[in-house]
Amino acid sequence: MAPAGPRSGDAIFASVERVNAELFTLTYGAIVRQLLTDLEEVEEVNKQLDQMGYNIGVRLVDEFLAKSNVSRCVDFKETAEVIAKVGFKMFLGVTASVTNWDAEGTCCSIVLEDNPLVDFVELPDTCQGLYYCNVLSGVIRGALEMVSMKTEVTWARDMLRGDDAFELQVKLLKQVPEEYPYKDDE
Amino acid sequence: MIGVGKVKQYSNVLDKPLSKGKQEVSLSAFAFLFSELVQYNQTQVDNIAELERRLEDAGYSVGARVLELLCHRDKGNRRETRLLGILSFVHSTVWKVLFGKVADSLEKGTEHEDEYMISEKELLVNRFISIPKDMGTFNCGAFVAGIVRGVLDGAGFPAVVTAHFVPIEGQQRPRTTILIKFAEEVLKREARLG
Repeated sequence: MAPAGPRSGDAIFASVERVNAELFTLTYGAIVRQLLTDLEEVEEVNKQLDQMGYNIGVRLVDEFLAKSNVSRCVDFKETAEVIAKVGFKMFLGVTASVTNWDAEGTCCSIVLEDNPLVDFVELPDTCQGLYYCNVLSGVIRGALEMVSMKTEVTWARDMLRGDDAFELQVKLLKQVPEEYPYKDDE
Repeated sequence: MIGVGKVKQYSNVLDKPLSKGKQEVSLSAFAFLFSELVQYNQTQVDNIAELERRLEDAGYSVGARVLELLCHRDKGNRRETRLLGILSFVHSTVWKVLFGKVADSLEKGTEHEDEYMISEKELLVNRFISIPKDMGTFNCGAFVAGIVRGVLDGAGFPAVVTAHFVPIEGQQRPRTTILIKFAEEVLKREARLG
């Protein structure tokens, strides 16, 4: 059988099992509140959320590759497009767009049109330094690391902090060459 | 307010129109997140009871919000005041919204007057969880038990809620039973109301 071509984010999202976004939103809120209580420092909470995201990304990339049939991206530009158009759609049901490329094509912005993590959320004065959605940056970093790309992902705009959109800046630090520790017989 | 974009800005979360709750995310996204919740809490405790208590606390805060949200959106700012009413609200309305289906069963305990059980053959949070042997009777359903306790407590029905695995004959995986034991005052009030 010929291998099937890559599938669109919409098609995958329509075919996977789904749950109510409110359960997801409220559970995430419970996690953030727990971290704020345990760790006290907002900076520490940001770090922990990023770490949780990283753990998720490392595991999530397998499911992503298995379900999307995406083949190897030719460059980082294509990678970013795939994350925005297929990745966000298939897991969170939202679309994102890629903009603000730098001249080298190694740094861009992913802008979320919709963000299920932040429904019902408002940051109190005591949490102004909190990157509430930091789990997302960790997910991208973790997933890309599994496909040999070291990246740095930071928030450029955050609506909970008064900006007009959610914008993640993704910067490619280096592409780790793939190594073959095993003997390649074929 | 900084920035003038195409997205409408609200100064206050309460000014936003309430969503209809029809949005969805993939089950895996939730499962990944839930797994992180469990793993993080494992690093914060010394024993299973403590871990269940922390998951229950996390669930409680979800339940309290679910009650407020559903009473406002689905029930026109009214809430149930009678025991059977609130139980069926949890079993049907809450379950349907959170887990996409009505719970498999709602039963009254046979031995104690104050006990009720909601059972689910395959509880959503337990779908991708297998319990290592050394963790004994640990049940991630503690999170759901917490949700139930949050809803009940917020509605004025304080109760102790716990999650248990119950083996089913001929099935490899046990079902999960959420055991609700109401506080004495609840039953007294209920008796008074007749």
